[in-house]
Amino acid sequence: MIYAKDINERTPWQELTPGGEIYEPGTARLFNTGTWRTNTPVFHEAACKHCMLCVPFCPDNAIPVQDGKRLDFDFMHCKGCGICENVCPFQAITMVSGGAPNE
Amino acid sequence: MSTVYNLKREVEKPARFTGGHRLCAGCGAGIVVSGVLRALDNEDRAVVVNATSCLEVSTFMYPYTAYMDSYIHSAFENSAATCSGVEAAYHALKRRGKVEGTVKFITFGGDGGTYDIGFQSLSGAMERGHDMVYVCYDNEAYMNTGIQRSSSTPHFARTTTTPVGSVGQGKKQNKKDLTEILVAHNIPYAAQAAPIGNFKDLHTKSYKAIYTEGPCFLNVLSPCPRGWDYPTEKLAEIARLAVDTCVWPLYEVEEGVWRLTYIPKKKLPVEDFLRPQGRFRHMFEKGNEWMLEEAQAYVDQKWERLLERTGA
Repeated sequence: MIYAKDINERTPWQELTPGGEIYEPGTARLFNTGTWRTNTPVFHEAACKHCMLCVPFCPDNAIPVQDGKRLDFDFMHCKGCGICENVCPFQAITMVSGGAPNE
Repeated sequence: MSTVYNLKREVEKPARFTGGHRLCAGCGAGIVVSGVLRALDNEDRAVVVNATSCLEVSTFMYPYTAYMDSYIHSAFENSAATCSGVEAAYHALKRRGKVEGTVKFITFGGDGGTYDIGFQSLSGAMERGHDMVYVCYDNEAYMNTGIQRSSSTPHFARTTTTPVGSVGQGKKQNKKDLTEILVAHNIPYAAQAAPIGNFKDLHTKSYKAIYTEGPCFLNVLSPCPRGWDYPTEKLAEIARLAVDTCVWPLYEVEEGVWRLTYIPKKKLPVEDFLRPQGRFRHMFEKGNEWMLEEAQAYVDQKWERLLERTGA
């Protein structure tokens, strides 16, 4: 079976999965939507209280959580909508202009 | 969810709806779908059925799926029928011991696919009593095809088929009250929810809907920055204003018993919800005060009736 990561515009139709079915879960994660950003969130770890209020508000599942802590953004999927900055009660997220994560 | 709701615990579950989908930045649908699927217990599997919608075209483009569970889409008008068929097949196999574990059936449709086009198949599936949940993510117009009015579009809202100009002033009719229509199907559980605060509202209602046996219905407000014409970052504020002005009251009906799940501490004037949205901009022009009065009167009347029904 051909995997999603190996399918592209040049893949001949004979090699595609029958019926255009997808046999792997969550293959969208392979797709970079980070390039869409015109604004980029900056995570200020020191100010974060890990209240997690931002996490369910992210439409792109771009705020990873591990062991009770929220980590820095998943910039491959963050589209820079800025909802997280608005719901953060501790000013731990600020939006800056431009698409590049400024690390 | 044997214990009380805990946001920290819930967000640490492995996500069932992934990033990398092509919904617009700040789309409410992504938030609603993640929120509903997060209510599933980790060990259970789901079959996600989808009506044609923004969600469908953005989350399932070959070879990419944003779902960790099985997914099926067939058409605009028959998502509930498709789901009921899969559910019936599953139970037939289950009876013969051919499938293991628990599989839950969740259908997502936009307001176009639910209030309008998919309404007959939804009504049929509810009547037949399939063990499934139908979730409408209600963004109040046909956003996928370019913001055309639906029967869910509220009165006075500007859409591309109800433009504002010298002839028309936005949509002429009131919004259809689909939740009430579904309640009239006498299903075990129906609720109206919204993505607000710590998501307790959406989560607990999703859990009840998923794990109550029989057909259940959820109507979830899903703000759309493109169609409602507001800046993407304002989603949480808009959703909060919708419930605090009672434009989108939060309630549930369990076995015919109505219950308000949220009563605003201070019921805000409907203008507060309308003002930040470009689709209602014309209502604030000089000479159009009657529109605001009419909108307020309509919300008040609906709210009063809901208070009576819920005995609040």
